[in-house]
Amino acid sequence: MKQPMLGDLTRAAVAVVTGFLVLFLGLAASGYDASAAMVAMLHGAFGTSDAILSALLPRAIPLIIVGLAVGLAFRAGALNIGAEGQFYAGAIAATWIGLGLAAWPRSLAIPVVLAAGLIAGCLWATIPAILRLRFGVLEVISTLLLNFVADALVSWMVLGPLQESTHIYPQSNPLPASARLPALAGTRLHLGLALALALAFGLWVFERQTLAGFQLRATGENPRAASVIGRVRTQRVFGLALLGSGALAGLAGSIEVSGTTFALFQNLSPGYGFTAIAVALLARLHPLATILTGLLFAAIEAGASAMQREAGVPAVAVYMVEAAITIVVLLADVLRRRNVAAAMGT
Amino acid sequence: MTAALELRGISKRYGPVEALAGVDFSLQPGEIHALLGENGAGKSTLMKIAFGLVRPDAGQVIIDGRAHRLPDPVAAKALGIGMVHQHFTSVPAFTVLENVALAGGWRFDRASIRSRLDALSRTTGLDIPPDARTDSLSAGLKQRLEVLQALAADARILLLDEPSSVLAPTEADSFLQLVRALRDSGVASVLITHKLSEALAIADRVTVLRRGRVVHTGPAVGESADSLAAYMLGEAPPPRFRLPSQPLAETTVLASDLALPRLAGSGSGLRQASLRVRAGEVVGVAAVEGNGQRELLRAIAGIARPARGTLEVLGPVSFVPEDRTSEGMVGGFSLTENLVLSQGGSAEWVRGPWIDWRAAANSADALIARFEVRASGSAAPARTLSGGNQQRFLIAEALARRPRVLVAENPTRGLDLRATDEVHQRLREAAAAGVSVLVHLADLDELLELADRVVVLASGQLVEPTSSGDRAAIARLMLGAGT
Repeated sequence: MKQPMLGDLTRAAVAVVTGFLVLFLGLAASGYDASAAMVAMLHGAFGTSDAILSALLPRAIPLIIVGLAVGLAFRAGALNIGAEGQFYAGAIAATWIGLGLAAWPRSLAIPVVLAAGLIAGCLWATIPAILRLRFGVLEVISTLLLNFVADALVSWMVLGPLQESTHIYPQSNPLPASARLPALAGTRLHLGLALALALAFGLWVFERQTLAGFQLRATGENPRAASVIGRVRTQRVFGLALLGSGALAGLAGSIEVSGTTFALFQNLSPGYGFTAIAVALLARLHPLATILTGLLFAAIEAGASAMQREAGVPAVAVYMVEAAITIVVLLADVLRRRNVAAAMGT
Repeated sequence: MTAALELRGISKRYGPVEALAGVDFSLQPGEIHALLGENGAGKSTLMKIAFGLVRPDAGQVIIDGRAHRLPDPVAAKALGIGMVHQHFTSVPAFTVLENVALAGGWRFDRASIRSRLDALSRTTGLDIPPDARTDSLSAGLKQRLEVLQALAADARILLLDEPSSVLAPTEADSFLQLVRALRDSGVASVLITHKLSEALAIADRVTVLRRGRVVHTGPAVGESADSLAAYMLGEAPPPRFRLPSQPLAETTVLASDLALPRLAGSGSGLRQASLRVRAGEVVGVAAVEGNGQRELLRAIAGIARPARGTLEVLGPVSFVPEDRTSEGMVGGFSLTENLVLSQGGSAEWVRGPWIDWRAAANSADALIARFEVRASGSAAPARTLSGGNQQRFLIAEALARRPRVLVAENPTRGLDLRATDEVHQRLREAAAAGVSVLVHLADLDELLELADRVVVLASGQLVEPTSSGDRAAIARLMLGAGT
């Protein structure tokens, strides 16, 4: 048990170091002061308590929860590339419901808003689940395409039914105070962090300690063995994992609206649904490790804004880091599989 | 006369398995040569070597009197060798014309292709509508297209790998007619088959392989289904001591008129099977690959649902699938995890929704000790075990369910003699304890040794031989020759 854990840590470290090396070399090669940029980045992510509490942690919340969502689906062998769309579905539903809850007490309004996001994300994921199980449409494709639909839906919402009262700006009215998550005074850090940590822990227990979670893992590892030897209804497990994944991503969308943005608008998500795939893969789909990788990617993105402000390096440059990390992780997986195959003499 | 194709001293190993050991084979110009043997005898491997798909460890491929190295099928095709595989190699979305031109490497000029195809169709009598889309053709026509594709590349030697296995009986007959007509026009063919009637009907000569060696080669005239079956299956070994069986009165499996379509690959599926199994007996299912045994066993094991008929099985039922690594276990999971997977929700370590991993690991350790599985412990990933130890663990899992019925698909496949004996021993022990064991083994002798009685499946029809001791009669039934 010790050996593979060590291997995972080494792999993660190699991936992260490679990512930053690529960024450093890339910046240096294009004539930026790479060292200054890196320092600005580090400072932006960790330099002050404000950086940590108002930039790093709030960004980590959606990344962790959506990372858990992606990890859950991947564990069951369902390649959910549509967390972005499910996140938006949740954000739309949470806004819609939340706007009408001004008169409600907070203790009731918040659970309703979060439930709305959860259900909407789940429903959004029902479409690819049905397409896959009834018609054999690969979920990789359907979930990916539904992202564009969700994106368009948000645009229509903020220009149509949910546009703010003056009908000038492409965004919704702000949520009433009763529908907003409580935050740490003077910071942007909200209750979502506690929820993210609780979800990670809950999923970890589910996957390790329950029969249902174990059968889900078996379905992802080897669906034929799971159905033949374990008599697991693998189609059902696959579908439920996809729905659960959608529900988590939708929940993240509602948490983002009710904890950070307080309104719906276009480009609400800077690609959380996609970054979360890297978050989950770097964590090897492990729920507790997802907390750490979510924090890492949040630090990279929070640092990026600081880098742009202080060193004049475009923030998008950090996508190099994310891409390099993802590629190294995937490469390591391929190599590992090849080593196993070689060891088995096949 | 120089042989059209001669294989001399061909040997090939796959890991510990000796697929071919010094095989000599020759094909004369203008003859049909049947290559017979059970599954795993090495027929397909030998022909793949002749076609450049597999490289031999030793031996020579001699074509028209000259030794050649065949690095790939392109080289074999250039020397006039064509192969018709068990699966179709045509492009479904192409027309017949396009497929033929592609396979023949013809210059793509529609008019000239059409006239060449016309000429080819006339000389061979292979008439397929040239503009039909390939995926609209019947299996029989697709098979003909495969031949046409080989001939388009100027093949003078055809290697036919069980060409009739995917065809309905009437299609198969007319396909054999075609092979005969081709012989008369000078194309020599090797016909791989395990259907003796086919070989006897059209072959000029037969060669029989058993476990990678040639056990017989000679003219087809004078052979009979019995004599060929004896070569294929070998002489019966002397009987060995075994636990006496004591079938009880209680019926555990009662199937009547069971049918279900084929589950995988080629084969007949299960057409009609009626069977009663009693507690405490080992029933062997004798069948050549793809004759419905997979479907029958999986229906009884509750993995597949019958399309027709009634089936009553006394639970719990355990199942040992043929393919250990893809269906029997999750390779990346530990032995404990595999045990938990196999025992489901009724195991003693499942408490409500929770799994008590410590209790499960203790059970796994106990099974490992009791069944003498060689593993570093219950935490060892299943894939790190050898095949024999994986099988020991699978059987341990199957018995841990305390089954009334144990269904095992080829449980000794790929095992050495000692491990094979041990599997037999375990299954006999289970039967002695009152379990009904239903088992299929590819090797008939081994099956006769293990089973109390044998039922035979041929083309999806279940037949009970009059005597389970009459080996020749069973072999005949298996080959669909004795009904």
